[in-house]
Amino acid sequence: MTIMVSGHEYSIFFSVCGKAAVYQPQHRSIGFLLLFVFLIFFAGCKDSSDRPVNVIGSTSIQPFAELLAEEFLKINPDETIDVQGGGSTAGIQAIANEIADIGMCSRTLKEEENSVDTAIEIARDGLAVVVHKSNPVNDLTIEQIQMLFSGQIQNWKSLGGNDMPVRLIMREEGSGTREAFIKLVMDKKIVSRKALVQESNGAVKELVRLDPAAVGYMSLGLVGEELKSLHVNGVEPLAEQVKSGKYKLSRPFLFVLKTNSQLRPQAQEFIDFVLSDLGQKILESEGLIRVK
Amino acid sequence: MKQDKIIQIALTIVALSAISSLVLITVFVFKEGLPIILRVGAKDFFLSGDWYPGEGKFGIMNMIIGSLAVTAGAIIIGAVFGLGCAVVLTQFAPRQLVVILKPAIEVLAGIPSVVYGFIGVVVLVPLVREYLGGPGLSILTSSIVLGIMVLPTITSISVDVIQAVPKSYRDGAIALGATRWQTTHMVILKAAKSGILAAFILGMGRAIGETMAVIMVAGNALELPHSILDPVRTLTSNIALEMGYAAGEHRQALFATGVTLFVIIMILNTIALTISRRSAGKAAKK
Amino acid sequence: MKITPAASQRFVVAFLWLITSITLLVLLFIIGYILVHGLGHINWSFLTESSRRMGREGGIFPMIVGTILVTGLAVIIAAPVGVLTTIYLTEYTREGKLTSIIRFGTDCLAAIPSIIFGLFGFVFFVVVLRMGFSIISGALTLAIMVLPTIIRTSEEAIRAVPKSYREVSYGLGSTRWQMVTKVVLKSALPGIGTGIVLSIGRCISETAAVMLTAGSALRMPDSPFASVRTLSLHFYILSREGISMENAYATASVLIITILVINVIAYLLMRRLAAKVR
Repeated sequence: MTIMVSGHEYSIFFSVCGKAAVYQPQHRSIGFLLLFVFLIFFAGCKDSSDRPVNVIGSTSIQPFAELLAEEFLKINPDETIDVQGGGSTAGIQAIANEIADIGMCSRTLKEEENSVDTAIEIARDGLAVVVHKSNPVNDLTIEQIQMLFSGQIQNWKSLGGNDMPVRLIMREEGSGTREAFIKLVMDKKIVSRKALVQESNGAVKELVRLDPAAVGYMSLGLVGEELKSLHVNGVEPLAEQVKSGKYKLSRPFLFVLKTNSQLRPQAQEFIDFVLSDLGQKILESEGLIRVK
Repeated sequence: MKQDKIIQIALTIVALSAISSLVLITVFVFKEGLPIILRVGAKDFFLSGDWYPGEGKFGIMNMIIGSLAVTAGAIIIGAVFGLGCAVVLTQFAPRQLVVILKPAIEVLAGIPSVVYGFIGVVVLVPLVREYLGGPGLSILTSSIVLGIMVLPTITSISVDVIQAVPKSYRDGAIALGATRWQTTHMVILKAAKSGILAAFILGMGRAIGETMAVIMVAGNALELPHSILDPVRTLTSNIALEMGYAAGEHRQALFATGVTLFVIIMILNTIALTISRRSAGKAAKK
Repeated sequence: MKITPAASQRFVVAFLWLITSITLLVLLFIIGYILVHGLGHINWSFLTESSRRMGREGGIFPMIVGTILVTGLAVIIAAPVGVLTTIYLTEYTREGKLTSIIRFGTDCLAAIPSIIFGLFGFVFFVVVLRMGFSIISGALTLAIMVLPTIIRTSEEAIRAVPKSYREVSYGLGSTRWQMVTKVVLKSALPGIGTGIVLSIGRCISETAAVMLTAGSALRMPDSPFASVRTLSLHFYILSREGISMENAYATASVLIITILVINVIAYLLMRRLAAKVR
């Protein structure tokens, strides 16, 4: 028994074998529709392990994973992939609790995580230090960035900029971007408490775009035209410089798996897709650095 | 009448659900949050500004101060505007206008807090940064946004208490030759004083508990603020910012932040209830 | 120079009107700002398609469904509990220790901020009862949150039912339960309706509590235990992550229009109630 509710651009199917409604936005012809119903009917009834592949974790990787999932589903229309945010740490907890098949992590694994989890690097990401377009400062050393964020340098004048107090913008505790930044730049120095804390890349971007005194950091791929990213140790933040290792501020984008448990074939297929030439090309076109 | 008895018992059980939810909430939030306060020590937890979850330092003093500062600002704005609207609505506005004004102010209460926060970020923050200085994300900005958000609470409660003042008071004052305003502030507002105070306190409760709007406009810096143009982190934004990631002691510390908030709200609420009950008692006597 | 009472009255009244006008302008500004930026992006496919690329493209259909499911379920749970509590308080008991405890509990519940409901819902429903980030966790959390609203408004409505109605009903030989269901509830219906409509509004605009209990999955929910993203949370994520300002404004416009409609319904119900009492 299949009940079908069909609207203009969408259809919902309720199939008998649990798993209820599956949603598919872009089909046009009736033939495809029927085929689809047929597929769901059998795919749904096959076995209970047929729940969607859950990919949970870093909000920095999330947009890329969403995109990869969409492309993957174009090739494998009978599978479902759920991509959810939550943060790198949440992703690693999710695979530990077996809520997720794959965790996304935008920093290197910590020691205690490394002992139970396996990481697959799907791409590298440069971390850009960003300032307002009007800021005359172009180039900083890692030490200078460290002095900025630890509060030792409080005015842009001491770095050759305008006479303005520095406004630091950090990401929130637990964010992979923050942890990668701290590891790469801060070298055990404590971040100034004066730093504003924003909970998303978009919010950091918005602040830096409008505030001439602000300095923040974010994924290289997300910087866009409206912000100015600084050279670090004289090296321009470009994909090829990250790849060659000349640009020092970079971090891995990881898919994390539980070491001692069997990965479901659907999840393995997705990982294979991400590491395939097509998957890597997609990541590259979004401003990341391919690893294969 | 046996059936009646059964119904009565069933109803009693249902009626206890509100209070049992309250007990459940209290138990679970305290169970998660209290151990860490005891482990860290109440003094280090409440009276230290060092919040470095990575190093096991959990001091929330700056956030308590942040919450109080933002709330104080909000209540000043909310009180002036909220009470002003209530007085206009009850004393000066013609009937036809009240029919439009009152629902309009109620709509303000229905707008989602994320929308307030968003408008705060895109409109208010740049204005404050441009004309007053500082990062724009500040105590002042949050106070204005929260002030607008608590205004409907204050207005609607104040309207109720002002309307509860016997009409004879007003007629008497007018007969004695007082102007409308003299009557309002010398007689009516005086009689409604404690009810209005309760409205302010309930507004404070709402302001201190607001989360999403504050996260967007307060800046969330850990430093103790020195002026109203400095950013602050509040108790609520601390929870919402870090909850997604937290595990272990860090998560407990966020629940402990919730416990602190819970206790502050309950104190405010009890004060408001006591005041309004007393004023209701007084009105009943008269 | 001495200011005459008449002059000071003029000054103060002008000031009060200024305040009221500012308040109204703020309201109009907020609604106008969102609608001006957002209305242009709302179209049929925006309302009926699922999102793609994290909401950068596509529509908000799964969020509309998610919002309706979470809100609907919350109100379906809270409304009977709230109304029955009120019936108990007004018709089945005398004022005493128990009623004042219940009233105190309701008042306290009303004062608890949504983030605390979120924390509670997260440990209790999501973790302890193992419901996960789901429609059902979100709905149960919101149900507790709106319970006080429903109790308070229905109590007002039921108390407004004239005593004579009850006496007539008893006089005709009905039992207490018949009297309550056939007479009291019937005449208090618009008031109870107002409470329910207001609760729907509160559920729709809530963000913090659903974020911690219902999760943020973009997919169409397929069971009560599926995670959903409500409209207000979707707006928050879209605007904060800077994913798509057009879609953020459009989502906010849908929210604002819904809230306006809800307020109008509540207002009309209230007027019907007021007309009845008069």
